[in-house]
Amino acid sequence: MIPSAFDYYTPASLDEALQLLAEHGDDAKVLAGGHSLIPAMRLRLAQPEKIIDISGLRQSLSYIKEENGVIKIGAMTTHYQIESSDLLKSKAPILPEAAGVIGDVQVRNWGTVGGSLVHADPSSDLPAVAMALGAELVLQSTRGERVEKIDNFFTGILETSIEPDELLTEIRIPTPTGKKTSYQKLANKASHYSVVGAAAVVGMDGGKISDVKVAFSGLAEMPMRFESLEKALIGQAGDDASLNTACAGFASGVDALEDLHGSQEYRRAMAEVYAKRAIKAAISNN
Amino acid sequence: MAPNAMIGSPIKRREDPRLITGHATYTDDMTPAGTVYLHMVRSPHGHANIKSINVDAAHKIPGVLAIFTGDEMKKEVGPLAAVSVGGHPIPDHFSIASGKVRCLGEIVAAVVADSRYHARDAAELVEVDYEPLPAIIDMEKAYKGESGLVHDSIPNNLAATLEFGNDVTDAFKNAEIVVEQRYVNQRMAPNPIENRVVLAQFRTGDESLLITTSTQIPHILRTLLSGVLSIPEHLIRVVAPEVGGGFGCKLNIYAEEVIACYAAKKLGKPVKWTETRSEGMVATIHGRDQIDYIRIAATKDGMITGLDITAYCNMGAYLQLLSSSIPVLCGVICNGAYAMPAVHFKALCIYTNTTPTDAYRGAGRPEATYMIERLVTLLAHRLGMDPMELRRKNFIKDFPYASPLGLMFDSGNYATAMDKAMEIFGYDEMRKMQADALKEGRYIGIGQSTYVEVCGLGPGQGMTTARGYECATIRAELTGKVTVFTGISPHGQGQETSFAQIVADNFGIPMEDVIIKHGDTENTPYGMGTYGSRGTAVGGGALMLAVDSIKEKAKKIAAFQLEANAEDIVFEDGKFSVSGTPSRSITFQEVCLKAYVDPKMAPVIEPGLEATRYFEPGNFVFPFGTHLCATEIDADTGDVKILKYIAVDDCGNQINPMLVAGQVHGGLTQGIAQALFEEVVYDENGQLISGTLMDYTVPTASELPFYTLDHTTTPSPSNPLGVKGIGEAGTIASTPCVVNAVVDALRPFNIDDIQMPLRPEKLWKIIHQGTQNGNGHGAAQSVVQQHFGDDNK
Repeated sequence: MIPSAFDYYTPASLDEALQLLAEHGDDAKVLAGGHSLIPAMRLRLAQPEKIIDISGLRQSLSYIKEENGVIKIGAMTTHYQIESSDLLKSKAPILPEAAGVIGDVQVRNWGTVGGSLVHADPSSDLPAVAMALGAELVLQSTRGERVEKIDNFFTGILETSIEPDELLTEIRIPTPTGKKTSYQKLANKASHYSVVGAAAVVGMDGGKISDVKVAFSGLAEMPMRFESLEKALIGQAGDDASLNTACAGFASGVDALEDLHGSQEYRRAMAEVYAKRAIKAAISNN
Repeated sequence: MAPNAMIGSPIKRREDPRLITGHATYTDDMTPAGTVYLHMVRSPHGHANIKSINVDAAHKIPGVLAIFTGDEMKKEVGPLAAVSVGGHPIPDHFSIASGKVRCLGEIVAAVVADSRYHARDAAELVEVDYEPLPAIIDMEKAYKGESGLVHDSIPNNLAATLEFGNDVTDAFKNAEIVVEQRYVNQRMAPNPIENRVVLAQFRTGDESLLITTSTQIPHILRTLLSGVLSIPEHLIRVVAPEVGGGFGCKLNIYAEEVIACYAAKKLGKPVKWTETRSEGMVATIHGRDQIDYIRIAATKDGMITGLDITAYCNMGAYLQLLSSSIPVLCGVICNGAYAMPAVHFKALCIYTNTTPTDAYRGAGRPEATYMIERLVTLLAHRLGMDPMELRRKNFIKDFPYASPLGLMFDSGNYATAMDKAMEIFGYDEMRKMQADALKEGRYIGIGQSTYVEVCGLGPGQGMTTARGYECATIRAELTGKVTVFTGISPHGQGQETSFAQIVADNFGIPMEDVIIKHGDTENTPYGMGTYGSRGTAVGGGALMLAVDSIKEKAKKIAAFQLEANAEDIVFEDGKFSVSGTPSRSITFQEVCLKAYVDPKMAPVIEPGLEATRYFEPGNFVFPFGTHLCATEIDADTGDVKILKYIAVDDCGNQINPMLVAGQVHGGLTQGIAQALFEEVVYDENGQLISGTLMDYTVPTASELPFYTLDHTTTPSPSNPLGVKGIGEAGTIASTPCVVNAVVDALRPFNIDDIQMPLRPEKLWKIIHQGTQNGNGHGAAQSVVQQHFGDDNK
């Protein structure tokens, strides 16, 4: 990699990292797993003046635990750690399922959940999954700590509500006890990012869908849910006929992404297909 | 393993341990003391005048040693070399543009600095004032002259017109059926895993140049560099060290090689240039990019009576070494495996404001095979015949077969390979399964390709500008070990293994006692290099001749030592003995020792045991086979799944079946990738849409099916080993096989063609919107009819 010149900081503690962010946040990029930032720097699409490498926090910020019905995942936890976590496999299997389809083994060994969320690539898998799970994000700075709901976190392509001096330290997910879940995606065959992916978290009551969240990756500028879709799904049995009706047309007005791998029209249609596939897979899954 | 048992054995590649443990030495692994680094300033425009270049700011970056521009360099260095087929003009192509840029990524300045970082930082500060011009991208429009000229001196942007075959007028006039199509063979980026890298060292004092470069043709490159740089050939040494794949794109002389040499001479320091992957997408040649108008004439019972093709071949902005030669390799084999009395092929080679095209795995034969295999299947469909039966009817059966296009097909056994493939595939059961699936609304298709290709370049009389031979030096060492110097330049093909098998078997010695050297002009005889599936077919021929020469001299030595006549010496199991008296014998190793040390032989036999031989085959070789595949289309998404892929290939005698399988696997992967995934896409301004591997789809194993391989063996009569090239066959055969399968699956939607690559969205549109709206379909019939006019009505 031949990037442009930058100053390089390696904080050894969270306090030190937050201090550096307070000082340099406007000119700095945080380097975690590096799988989004480094390619951008390599192409000089990103030319940050300062890099704050938080690999020194890997020890303290990579963990997966459950406390009082809330799953807590440290921001430096790698995709592979999520993919292989026994706790998640039993309590929130959609996370290992989705983490397992990110990139390839090398990417999963380096990429972090915090990096993926903060980078906010609309075609990444975990942001949509976190959204379907109703995650909350713990953002820390020298000014203190705040907790952001994921529905308010993403603001555009590669844009979030995180402040320049803030660091994402933890992802909190209400344990989806009793929920049926699945993440299904149509992968871009070049990059293995999603052309369209759907994360479904479904509650069933008496054979009918009683509550549901479906979040989409790859479809639009940020991961998104559709109120009309989720409303239409309530009370359905989840068979083909009912899903066809409930999933018809919800994405028709969305300002979809467009590239070599799919036009807007195709992405909208695939959103319907993958909503159905994710819900069907969820219902038959757990 | 016992001697004499190695040929035909699946021996593991000797190259692999160093490659997979990271001990191989590629060009970029070499950094002599004092090395400085080259970085190119490249055009961000597809077509523009260069009004001015200001390098002042760039010079202020610390460590910058020199910044070269085109105007300055062309005073001392000539244009890059290219082959002219039949004398067409070659517009000047200077290593650094001067006055005008004609494609995205063309070099406008070259910066040398003490580190890669400084070189790149400085390159960003080179200010070039461009006057953008309309880019000429669409080659059919370029030919009509609708969009301006790439080179002012070349009207209609027509680089060359090439024509082969005989008169087809009557064939089409009298035809009972004519089928016409327009096929697009999209542009591809070769993408070897090792990008191009150059290290140039100039020795002031003896004025010699050492260039280490990732090339397939060290000797040819040396000659070409000598001409371009005006440095005498004997003062240049070219080394191709470990080369990480080429696929034809390293069969060239590149601007960066010339600039590195020029800079090394100017600065008196080692100069290194390492291509980045994104840079390679524009700076390294592309392949394919051909639009074919093709029509076939036949009788109602399916006998082909004529074939007529006009091919628009996109050369890009300049002619690289073999740009206009690739359509020749397409034209001569465009009849495929079918006998037909009348064939006509015309290629229009067109300039556009895009990266030059040149050889890419298969080089011309994939284009030929794609169109004939697609069209023959369509003809069968129109006639209501099974596509395999129509093929069987038309196969060339009598060999040698002189085709109207000028080739002499020396051998073949097409129906046998087809029968074997159909049996393994379970053709009839698969057809039944396809019909049953359709009743359930599932779209399964069966595709086929009964290809024949022409390779092993090549016979002297078959080449256009140079003889087509290969060479080998065998040196039996004093201790009985054997060093082989070959003129080919393997970069993944595995001849360090297969050539050692051949030599070990022939001398009856352990394979470990043989080493194969290649890729250094200082110690190998002048060879043509590795391309066109020629390494074993031609290089192996030279090796066998050298083996014979060594044996001949060894027999004389043995005769002297055994006090017998040379004619009475027989050589078996590593021992020379007197015929009829096996106890009077001497080993190969003893002969080697005597050859160098025995003073008693001084008056009689010249010392040493070494031979250099050249082999120039009398003909090409013609590998063939049948590939069959079944695909299923996901009706909801248009995604293609390959359910089954069977390849039965005939490459003659197999030296090492494991190497053959490796070559077929790689070839299939690249051919399937052309059908389904890969495509270089420019927009109308000449900007690259598919500029990185995030958008240019090089498949991984997860996108590909399991391959079932088998073979038939029809030895080639054209070389001593009876072998035929297998490096390109998989690529050549598989592309039409997969597309035929997908088109077959979507027959219920009444389509004849889908333009590659078969991205899911194109198929989804066919399924969900019918044949009228989908933008991925082949050309409207009106476009094709317009091309052929009323000629065959």
